[in-house]
Amino acid sequence: MSQTFSGDSGVAEAVKSSDLHPGTGAAFNADDFEPAVRINRFQGLSRPSLSYWSDAWMRPKKNRKATVSLAMVVFLALFTLVGPFLWRIDPSAQDMARISEGPTFAKTAVVIDEAASWTAPELSGIPAAPTASAENLLAPATLEADGVPSSQAVRLKWAPVTGASAYAVYRSETKPSGKVGTSELGVPIGEVDAGNKVGYEDTFNLERSEYFYSIVPKNGEEASKFTTLRVVLPSTIALSAAQALKSDIKVGETLHLSAHPFGTDYLGRDLLSRLMSGARVSLFIGFFAPLVMIFLGIVIGGAAGYTGGRTDNLLMAFADFVLALPFLLFMILFKIAFGVGAGESGIFPMLVAMVILSWPSSARLVRGQILQLRESEFVMASKLLGARPIYLLFRHLLPNTMGVILVSLTFAIPSAIFTEAFLSFIGMGVAPPTPSWGSMCNDGIQTFLTHPHEFLFPAIFISITVLSFNLLGDGLRDALDPRMRSTS
Amino acid sequence: MLKYTLHRLLTGLITVFFIATITFAAMHLVPGDPISGAKAMSPEIRANLERKYGLDQPVLHQYKVYLTNIVKGDFGISYTQQNRSVNDIIRDHFPVSATLGVLAILIAAFGGVIFGSLTALFRNKAPDHLIMFLVILGISVPSFVFAALGQYGVTELNRFTGKDILPVGGWGTLSHMLLPSLVLGLGTMAFLVRLMRSSILEVMNLDYVRTAKAKGLSPMRIFLGHKLRNAVLPVITVLGPAIAAITTGGFVVESVFAIPGLGRYFVQAVQQLDYTVIMGLTVFYGSFLVFMVIAVDIIYGLIDPRISVAKRSAV
Repeated sequence: MSQTFSGDSGVAEAVKSSDLHPGTGAAFNADDFEPAVRINRFQGLSRPSLSYWSDAWMRPKKNRKATVSLAMVVFLALFTLVGPFLWRIDPSAQDMARISEGPTFAKTAVVIDEAASWTAPELSGIPAAPTASAENLLAPATLEADGVPSSQAVRLKWAPVTGASAYAVYRSETKPSGKVGTSELGVPIGEVDAGNKVGYEDTFNLERSEYFYSIVPKNGEEASKFTTLRVVLPSTIALSAAQALKSDIKVGETLHLSAHPFGTDYLGRDLLSRLMSGARVSLFIGFFAPLVMIFLGIVIGGAAGYTGGRTDNLLMAFADFVLALPFLLFMILFKIAFGVGAGESGIFPMLVAMVILSWPSSARLVRGQILQLRESEFVMASKLLGARPIYLLFRHLLPNTMGVILVSLTFAIPSAIFTEAFLSFIGMGVAPPTPSWGSMCNDGIQTFLTHPHEFLFPAIFISITVLSFNLLGDGLRDALDPRMRSTS
Repeated sequence: MLKYTLHRLLTGLITVFFIATITFAAMHLVPGDPISGAKAMSPEIRANLERKYGLDQPVLHQYKVYLTNIVKGDFGISYTQQNRSVNDIIRDHFPVSATLGVLAILIAAFGGVIFGSLTALFRNKAPDHLIMFLVILGISVPSFVFAALGQYGVTELNRFTGKDILPVGGWGTLSHMLLPSLVLGLGTMAFLVRLMRSSILEVMNLDYVRTAKAKGLSPMRIFLGHKLRNAVLPVITVLGPAIAAITTGGFVVESVFAIPGLGRYFVQAVQQLDYTVIMGLTVFYGSFLVFMVIAVDIIYGLIDPRISVAKRSAV
């Protein structure tokens, strides 16, 4: 017993001290009965001991990817929790004058008078309905804007085409290349139904700063020739709309509009504040579903692993059965079955469905760990010393599975976020007025070709979040689970 | 092996039975009922409709009819398209989804094995880092983002060249299938590359590889004949879950690319609350996935003689 306490060096020292008195025989001095001085010269720890958790904390710090992703996670948490206090724009406030606007920071608009009524010029001396076959029609010789175009109305005037009985007006947001014929002129926004009417007023959703208008002469069918005009719209705002923002404004003055760093969506809502409140929904589901799932997994897996025998078999058979259910299919089914009433966001049913369907994987994991640990020496020693089952479970078994549990938690978060995004994207997730990143993507993809920012920003946020949690999970796995350390 | 197969098939059947039951129960828990839609209708029409769909019967009787019909392979008639049976819908649209899915699986499997081998061959060099970076992207970016970006890319390509090089959506020829199946397979491919890489690195230093080296085999033959052959086995085990991922991933990809597949139909049915279609397709998809996983497990046991599945199942 003394050897274990004093160690080898102590014993060696004790032997040496008796050699110092070779000739004294039976004569003992009092100090011979002093206990040997324990000198732990070789035993001394050269550096502080490294516990499991401090080792775990050091590893991700060395791993650059894990550190960056941890920083990203912290940023996302700040974005979600602190962001709404810094960026105080109501995510549900609509500004119909600024629909689907790209990112703007300091936009100003000149206040103009309400648009007066306008009629298209009608030429006399030209027959309204002449006859000429469509392929012989020429393009209008001139095409110009009448007056100053504004975001309220664009008025076009063009030279008459002999033989045309009507004109089709197209509007495009990109310049037609002229290679593919009339198929890329954009949206047919209107038609003038007489050959001598050579003007058109466009008042429909003029929200961009630049449009390309094309006039195609028609007679029964459309001609293949056309004239295109580029129209640049100055940023203007109608007097009535301006007065709603600032009561004493007058025509001709400049108004500073609120900034939308991430643009606005198809209802004119600020995308940044929607991303923030969407983050609350997405991250809430992303955190809580895995947390509850892991908790259930610990309880069920712990019970199954510790009790063993019939309970274990029964619980694991049940877990296997739930695992065999097709996950997303049943998520959808449960979502429908729970039903979402008017005014509810549908977050809670989604959480419940997710937990019901995903606890078995973590339960199996915990059970496997506990089965392994139950037979290990330190648990047997503890049992031998009279530890009760509850003590064993909470002191030895569960703390030793914590690493594996934490790793699987980190990997469960991105997959929960993914599931939420997937369901919301197909319209089966969070109910409409509540934004979530997935449902914002669903809204945005409708107008992806014309206003890509509405889709790209939420998509980027989903990707970055999932990416950081995946990298963090890799780092944590390297740190916490020596057996699963990646081979790179 | 036979005993194992029979055992797996039996548990599979029980699972399908439970899937059918849960589906039935879930659909009957939904507040409201299938016919009270947007249109107001007279009590007579309502009674007739209820008789047509058997909704006037007690729930237990409905359940019995539902189960016997499933055993007969009859999933009922759609509520929103009243002249179309769910069986018709499956027959018309499943082949499209299956074609897309098989192509996606092939792309994912071949891409996964090839790129996974490349990363292992060029371990810790530039190609390895590049591919692993793309893999992380592939795992982290949702499939609908790839779908949208792919579509955008094709539109720009067509605009730039002035020709229709690839169609943006729709279905019909091989060119229609190319982009959707690539998008659909991308996530699974990324997963397989990762798996393949660690699997090859694991067999890299095993005894038989050293023996092959000692025999003087060329590096290429060692790689193809010894390393790859042994490392590719784990890929087969994850094919079951991969099929599930690709099937459900089809919901999104088919919707984005306007492909008339079963997945798009399912999403539509869910959005319109078409009860019989939802129930029928859930049971169909569910049994399909359950038996696919079983089939993959059995095939795995046949391919790898070292693994006795029968023994594994006894544990």
